[in-house]
Amino acid sequence: MKIHEFQAKELLRAHGVPTPRGAVVSQPEEARRVAEELGTPVVLKAQIHAGGRGKAGGIRLARSPEEAEQLASQMLGMKLVTAQTGPGGRIVRRLLVEEALDIERELYAGLVLDRAAERLVFMVSGEGGVEIEEVAARSPEKILKEHADPAHGLADFQLRRLAFGLGLRDELMRQALRLFRGLYQAYLATDASLAEINPLVVTRDGRLLALDAKINLDDNGLFRHPELLALRDLEEEDPLEVEASRYHLNYIRLDGNVGCMVNGAGLAMATMDVIKLYGGSPANFLDVGGGASAETVANGFRILLSDRNVRAVLINIFGGIVRCDRVAQGVIEASRQVGAKVPIVVRLQGTNAEEAARLLEESGLNFLVASDLAEAAQKAVAAASVA
Amino acid sequence: MGILVDKNTRLVVQGITGGEGSFHTRQMMEYGTNVVAGVTPGKGGQKFDGKVPIFDTVEQAVRETGANASVVFVPPAFAPDAMMEASEAGIPLVVCITEGIPALDMVKVKDYLARRGTLLVGPNCPGVITPGQCKVGIMPGFIHRPGPIGVVSRSGTLTYEAVYQLSQLGLGQSTCVGIGGDPIVGTTFVSVLELFQVDPYTEAVVLIGEIGGTAEEEAAQYIRTSFSKPVVAFIAGQTAPPGRRMGHAGAIIAGGKGTAKEKIEALEEAGVVVCPNPAEIGKTMRSVLRK
Repeated sequence: MKIHEFQAKELLRAHGVPTPRGAVVSQPEEARRVAEELGTPVVLKAQIHAGGRGKAGGIRLARSPEEAEQLASQMLGMKLVTAQTGPGGRIVRRLLVEEALDIERELYAGLVLDRAAERLVFMVSGEGGVEIEEVAARSPEKILKEHADPAHGLADFQLRRLAFGLGLRDELMRQALRLFRGLYQAYLATDASLAEINPLVVTRDGRLLALDAKINLDDNGLFRHPELLALRDLEEEDPLEVEASRYHLNYIRLDGNVGCMVNGAGLAMATMDVIKLYGGSPANFLDVGGGASAETVANGFRILLSDRNVRAVLINIFGGIVRCDRVAQGVIEASRQVGAKVPIVVRLQGTNAEEAARLLEESGLNFLVASDLAEAAQKAVAAASVA
Repeated sequence: MGILVDKNTRLVVQGITGGEGSFHTRQMMEYGTNVVAGVTPGKGGQKFDGKVPIFDTVEQAVRETGANASVVFVPPAFAPDAMMEASEAGIPLVVCITEGIPALDMVKVKDYLARRGTLLVGPNCPGVITPGQCKVGIMPGFIHRPGPIGVVSRSGTLTYEAVYQLSQLGLGQSTCVGIGGDPIVGTTFVSVLELFQVDPYTEAVVLIGEIGGTAEEEAAQYIRTSFSKPVVAFIAGQTAPPGRRMGHAGAIIAGGKGTAKEKIEALEEAGVVVCPNPAEIGKTMRSVLRK
């Protein structure tokens, strides 16, 4: 789950990580009031779930409270298109208004799960303000890393090593240790999958602060953090994806025209791949779960047909424990309810597949039945290009 | 005789009285798996379906029944504890089916089990089957046939698809291992390949990977230097958008890394035949074997 910068900063502050003074606003007058309280200049930062805001005009400097109000009225409600949002962009609904700092150095500090090493890795770099992947590709030697021992965690000597590596001494060294410890604690306390401070800044008056912050949460950890669920911003997600999540369906909207519904994530990805291989383009990823009950099939079907780009549907279910005839009944009921107007190619394989094929054929509905994955994809792609 | 599980496997089911656990215990027993015990804390002394003794702890189950493998059907909040309990009781093989375990928990569990020498398969996996002998997991047994092809995969139903294609062509399987779709799993591609390498019954291997992480690249590296049997691979997610989690917690292209393209290139460089079409995994294996 993604959260906003201002939410990430709140979580970090709760663990002792200093951030610039500021407040979140959703009205231009509020921006003015916050600027008056903080003293100018202030920075206005668009709160959307995507990076690359600076270059796209999502971060602006205001020299007076009046200018803060004026800029805020321009930014609030604007559609911000950054390198990470895609061409559709995101509507800006909130701004973080913060004191502008006099910056001496920009650093990077981040924590992520190192999948290959199977432990957490704390990374710092003297090259802050640019994406860490860019630094990693260009000059990997400029990234310093410390892995956390699975049983004992990160030790102070490791954090000192990182701070010294960044050339931080004396009072800044002490601040760095506190801040690094706080970042690590925040990661553990929230079951994060990524916690990044970029840039981490050293101000001219000798302070170390998180100027920007990003935290992604491990969806699998959310069950033990009900308070973090409140941070989810549904406005940042595709409405169909939000609805699918209510039924515990894994649905991701894509830009093609062949809607697909599959049981199991791997088979769902493979089905998208095979559609592409035969010259089509998938409209979505939809995994209704390895089990695929009639009810989940019906819900999934309704959601994928709500996407108006869908010109044909491919249903690919490998029935193992789940019986294909049950799935077929779900498909038939759902098509009747929804009144599907596009061709539906169905491929059911496994337990009771023949019985399922018979049910589909006798339903009186216009299903195209396929016996293997290749045939199913070819039929769906052909149907989508005609329609 | 295949790897990991066979006729000598004596299985304890952790979470045997839960919905999933009881359903799949019956399915496994029907397949011929020797289920010797179940564990549900607080239900010790009862019997499952009047046959299988239930214990409060894994340690008791091992002592009383000589269980030498465990399968975990315990909800995500309690599965890490269940895996550690099995390991501490001295069980050499733990297969965890549970989906949805937090990654931070798996970091600790994997380390705990590794220090005790326990082999873990999963979590978030369909399990392990040696056709005709033993099924430990949730895969449909009837699609499998005994034979010479080893199968190792990060997926569930996509594995069934591949197995089905193989069986249709008369290509049976030595053992099929679902290693799981999470960012951190117990047994990796490399550790399964090491077992297939020394298994005299395995003549060739189907490897099914997907986007996210570098497990396929590590497998390619191992195959290039140390694996002598033919390998056919398929990598799912060639059309997946970056930055999105494709159902499996581990299936995500993060920071431009973990793409299908990188994995396919690494495997091809290692001499693996990478099949672009998931509908042709079986046929590709047949043509590789004919060469």
